Amino acid sequence: MSNSSDTSYSALIERWHMLTGTRLFRAVVMIAGIAFCIAVDTFDFVDLYLQLILIYVGINIILTVSLNLINGYMGEFSVGHAGFMAVGAYIASILTVHVFPPNAQNLLFPLAILAGGMAAALVGFLVAIPSFKTRGDYLAIVTLAFGMIVKSILENIDAVGGPRGLLGMEKLTTLPWVFFWTALSVWVIRNLVYSNFGRGVLSIREDEIASDLMSVNTRQVKIIAFVVSSFFAGIAGGLFAHALQFINPRMFDILKSTDILIMVYLGGIASIGGSILGAVIYTILLEILRPLGIWRMVLMPLMLVLLMIYRPRGIMGMKEIRMFVPLRDFVTEKLWRQKKKEAGDASA
Amino acid sequence: MTSSEKILAVSHLKISYDSIQAVDDISFEVGKGEIVTLIGANGAGKSSILRAISGLIPYTGRITYSGKDLNNIAADQIVAAGIAHVPEGRGIFGNLTVMENLKLATWQRKDKDQIKKDFENVFSLFPRLKERRNQQGGMLSGGEQQMLAFGRALMTDAPMLLLDEPSMGLSPVLVRDIFKIIQDINQAGKTILLVEQNANMSLHIAQRGYVLETGRIVLAGTGKELKGNPRVKEAYLGG
Repeated sequence: MSNSSDTSYSALIERWHMLTGTRLFRAVVMIAGIAFCIAVDTFDFVDLYLQLILIYVGINIILTVSLNLINGYMGEFSVGHAGFMAVGAYIASILTVHVFPPNAQNLLFPLAILAGGMAAALVGFLVAIPSFKTRGDYLAIVTLAFGMIVKSILENIDAVGGPRGLLGMEKLTTLPWVFFWTALSVWVIRNLVYSNFGRGVLSIREDEIASDLMSVNTRQVKIIAFVVSSFFAGIAGGLFAHALQFINPRMFDILKSTDILIMVYLGGIASIGGSILGAVIYTILLEILRPLGIWRMVLMPLMLVLLMIYRPRGIMGMKEIRMFVPLRDFVTEKLWRQKKKEAGDASA
Repeated sequence: MTSSEKILAVSHLKISYDSIQAVDDISFEVGKGEIVTLIGANGAGKSSILRAISGLIPYTGRITYSGKDLNNIAADQIVAAGIAHVPEGRGIFGNLTVMENLKLATWQRKDKDQIKKDFENVFSLFPRLKERRNQQGGMLSGGEQQMLAFGRALMTDAPMLLLDEPSMGLSPVLVRDIFKIIQDINQAGKTILLVEQNANMSLHIAQRGYVLETGRIVLAGTGKELKGNPRVKEAYLGG
């Protein structure tokens, strides 16, 4: 009796996996998502506060997925993601406030975001060159210093408001735009991870010396991965600035980087589904716990400690939601499991 | 020295870790198509020599491959130049599948048709790897991992292989298999520099050998000569 219900349950899961793995399903999710976002944006049937939270969720997904490429898939430790976010935020804001004509803001907004991303990517490249010159944990130290440097520089440039910050941005970050950039970052990083280049990234985490000996140009792989990661941090920064309509250097300090790290490790390393989950849960939890006031800052770390004790790899560490796994990888793994089961049955 | 043309030349190689001189003024050569073995006790500097050739550690002296100076060339470029290194402990990527492990080794190759043939070649040499091609590298047994490590080295298409302790941690039957495979690979045209603690087996298959003691070459000769040498017998072959 229980046996038959077990099989029907696993058959159901199987069918769910087959369904969610199809291109059609992904297309439906995309269309539903974008339709919902546009509907919310035009008809305003969702509370403005909730809309802002949704926007933050999207931005945090971009930050988490992009940092996971470095800290999760590649196994390096970067703690300066907020610094790249700051570069994107300031460049995009300077463009919309001071450079672009006021009447073409809506039209040129994607360009401003893109420019912010490119600037962050360039800075990421400059940080990556010395950091990856030698093997070891230099990246953590260099990115830690980088975060501080960015903050100090911004605090000392009067043209962008110094420590007072920069304002005057219009509220250009709409839900559809956030959805677009989030989907783009997830799509790019997912495809990167499952490409041959992605195997190179994984091999660095597994055993960097062996990777070198297998003719993988590890330095090049690391630099490219870091530039991609920085690019999306910059994109998130631009979106953040135009959602809040005010930025100052303190917003992008080490605490912000820590927030992103928490989302990565909460969701689970080397998992895109996990990153999305981590960003969603953390962002929403922070809002739900807001009434607790200062106690929030006691409760959140406590939850993290508990998570690290009971699920040290995060919610989805090293696992992936079916939707993000390419069909061929899924089929090969399934075949292998089936074969193993048959062999087990035969020996038993 | 055999009459074959030399392909790898190491001269006055010195390697030190901080203040400890691991390798002290070593010179040797490997001819094309040869199996040359370096034997010696733990800490004699054997692995350090291979790591220096592969560009993993700094050294002084000169290492040339096919006349090309290898100093200051990055490790991945040395593989492209023609030297594949099977490291001690095999260096398998445990979370990647067998297929992915093999594919990674073709990172710098552009000759797609030849890569396809090399896959077939590796799979015919190691049918076990074909059976397990979708399995994660970390799930393989020790012997299978060693086969995968050899397979990866072959997939780089490098004409020369550096093998670091391939028999380590394997059962006696598997050790015999592994040495047979090394001979097969050599017969297929690969030049091999073999570092081993199993002096008996490695001198048996090698054309020439060098005996290392505390960073110096103390004896050199053909495999047969060294096997018959009383000093080698006493120290490495168990009397």
